[in-house]
Amino acid sequence: MNKIVKFFTKDSSLIPLMAILLGLLFGAVVMLLGGYNPLLAYTALFQKVFGDLYNIGETIRQITPLIFTGLSVAFAFRTGLFNIGAEGQFVMGSLGAVWIGTQFALPWYIHAPLAIIVGALLGGFWGAISGYLKAKRGVNEVITTIMLNYISLYLANYIIANYLRAPGQQRSEIIQDSASISLNTLSEFFGYARLHWGIILAILAAFVFYIILWKTKMGFELRAVGFNPHAAEYAGMNVNKNVINAMFIGGVFAGLGGAIEVLGVFKYMTISASLPGYGFDGIAVALIGANTALGVIFAAILFGVLEFGAAGMKFVAGVPIEVIEIVIASVIFFVAASGLVKFILKPFRRKEKGGAVE
Amino acid sequence: MKDVKYVVEMRGITKRFPGIVANDSISFKVKKGEIHALLGENGAGKSTLMNILFGLYEPDEGQIFINEQAVQITDPNVANDLGIGMVHQHFMLVENFTVTENIILGSEPKMGLKIDYNKAREQVLELSKRYGLHVDPDAKIEDISVGMQQRVEILKTLYRGADIIIFDEPTAVLTPQEIEDLIGIMRNLVNEGKSIILITHKLKEIMAIADSVTIIRRGKVIDSLAVKDTNQDELASKMVGREVTFAVDKKPADPKDVILRVSDVTAKDNRGLTALNEISFEVRAGEILGIAGVDGNGQSELIEVITGLRKVESGQVYLKDTDITNNTPREISESGISHIPEDRHKRGLVLDFTMGENLVLETYFYPEFQTNRFLDYNKINTHAKKLIEEFDVRTPSVDTLARALSGGNQQKAIIAREVDKDPDLLIAAQPTRGLDVGAIEFIHKRLVEQRDKGKAVLLLSLELDEIMNVSDRIAVIYEGKIVGVVDPKKTSEKELGLMMAGATTEGVKAGNE
Repeated sequence: MNKIVKFFTKDSSLIPLMAILLGLLFGAVVMLLGGYNPLLAYTALFQKVFGDLYNIGETIRQITPLIFTGLSVAFAFRTGLFNIGAEGQFVMGSLGAVWIGTQFALPWYIHAPLAIIVGALLGGFWGAISGYLKAKRGVNEVITTIMLNYISLYLANYIIANYLRAPGQQRSEIIQDSASISLNTLSEFFGYARLHWGIILAILAAFVFYIILWKTKMGFELRAVGFNPHAAEYAGMNVNKNVINAMFIGGVFAGLGGAIEVLGVFKYMTISASLPGYGFDGIAVALIGANTALGVIFAAILFGVLEFGAAGMKFVAGVPIEVIEIVIASVIFFVAASGLVKFILKPFRRKEKGGAVE
Repeated sequence: MKDVKYVVEMRGITKRFPGIVANDSISFKVKKGEIHALLGENGAGKSTLMNILFGLYEPDEGQIFINEQAVQITDPNVANDLGIGMVHQHFMLVENFTVTENIILGSEPKMGLKIDYNKAREQVLELSKRYGLHVDPDAKIEDISVGMQQRVEILKTLYRGADIIIFDEPTAVLTPQEIEDLIGIMRNLVNEGKSIILITHKLKEIMAIADSVTIIRRGKVIDSLAVKDTNQDELASKMVGREVTFAVDKKPADPKDVILRVSDVTAKDNRGLTALNEISFEVRAGEILGIAGVDGNGQSELIEVITGLRKVESGQVYLKDTDITNNTPREISESGISHIPEDRHKRGLVLDFTMGENLVLETYFYPEFQTNRFLDYNKINTHAKKLIEEFDVRTPSVDTLARALSGGNQQKAIIAREVDKDPDLLIAAQPTRGLDVGAIEFIHKRLVEQRDKGKAVLLLSLELDEIMNVSDRIAVIYEGKIVGVVDPKKTSEKELGLMMAGATTEGVKAGNE
């Protein structure tokens, strides 16, 4: 218990919490200016999210892929790399999963895991391309990951349209039941919300993220390279290999996200005009979560809640989606600008400390 | 302007940082037209005091008078307007701008909307002539020597009309000859009516140029006296707070087998130019070979080649008869070479890692730090505690980030790590750069101790005193080649200086005769 209190009162937790509060406050001002009732809107948001079991279940569904893409971006960040490509890695993960899911007939205990693994590896491969180009050719990973996002989108569209398409539809066939990772009994309990094994995998992934970074030799190297590649090189670490590793593992996380989204929620993949957006949200999730495993989970919850609850704000309080986006963006803004939050908090904290001395 | 006695007077300056009092009611006066040295160890509070004078920090208490007028120096622009200029230790120059552009940066003479380069150039030349500061106004900073870069920094302050010039450790990067030049320049400046504050921890320089000296220790003024009334030993003991020995206490070397043999090695620098030009030399077990040279003559590349951080174009490097040419840094480190890098922040430490992590930076993969193939932080930290104690690294705990430690303690930690690897060859590159007398003493002792244990030690330093005091043999490097090997007991600073400028041993001897 003491530990929990400590966790929430130390700077690294207090600042994001205050930032979220300030963001919501700023959002309220925006809503007031637009003539909407912020109190009603925020109440609606929480009612939407926590109102009934179905909505709670659906919020969990919303949170799950964000944890994966958040971990993906955070992992690369730890090695000093900016992975803007979680988006594309996510798409590749979906593609791999839908391919295995539709084209093979296997017993469930092989089919679903195989689909997940293939999706994860494809995402990892997609990330590793950028890692390889950075390591061997010095190409900035920001550029290559962005480009690979678009390549993945159109590649996936092409493959679905030509090889996996359901006749007469703008989407792939539906995956075999044996590849599904839905949790039917639990789903029933949650009012048929689309619950699946993904959330458990996501929490497991966060745990693996922590173990790799903090408990393995590879993690030691990855972090050293991220903080100071010159010192890492001096200490005999292979900087290039670590860059590729980091992008591969980051890609695996995003690929997992893509795979479980297909296998657990939609059961098919559509021919899409745009990228799904989870990868980009993952950047913000990683940032808010300070690139830690636990932080990413909390940040994904925040994001998922805001995004899912947005519907409630829209219907109940009549807040247009544009204003809701501003509210979400302002929360991210305040979290990202932690210096600003510290500045705002400064006068309060000085008093606090002064009091302790007297 | 009326006649003033004191151009700078700081009264009762106190500056607190979380956990320490950097300046504790310091009073400090500079007479017009004098060179006033500010002496103290690293972390004594010299830089804090000067940063206050230059407007980078605001004092918590105390007053500042410039030309006997009370002033508030809230930022460097105010300092500028008051005629205070600062020549920083790490030059603040734009590498790919010309000398003129750098000097006028921020206060460019204008002609309409355009910068009047002709006028600027003339002004620079005029200043350069008047104060004897030779520079090439059209050369780019990246192409000129460190000495000239420093002259550009001085011109920058003069161009802005500085009357009081603060020099922060100005000789750290210069050759003996360049130091001579700088001393001449300082005298010129004083003759032209400027006043100079010289921040330094080098006693020799103070004795050579300063008129007065104020000694600071742990944020307090210990004494302020005229240089002619004191001597090096007195200054040293006042600075450190105890008696110090300058001479490195060591027995004659007892060289054994050749440990490192560098044979006709050629390598390029980062710009693709030849940095090492068929360089050859040997280091034996039980001796310290010092490599003297002006910065930029291939020293950095030499270390990188030996440690595997840079590719050899041709030639071989042998460690005890094993060819290690172009092996990976890991292979070389494992085969018995330890390396104290010249830039501890760039190479030596991961500043955002804990001390525990930094102390296993090269050995984290050893089974002794694992349990079931996972890193075991208990073992890592136990190892760190042992080293921290053994090498007297002052750190609050093993979990403290390396960033939080002072330079001296960071360096001690690196030395602990490297010596603990029990290497056959220890490479120490500028091991005492930026450290205070106490830490220098400690580090020199450790180097000699390694030698006495029968290790080979390769010492690279830009400090001639260090090379002469610590080495058993001195090899002088010039343009990527060894131009001569001399016995430190039989050579002089002058001879070394000439060799560092490219004269061969024979040439120097001939010149002397």
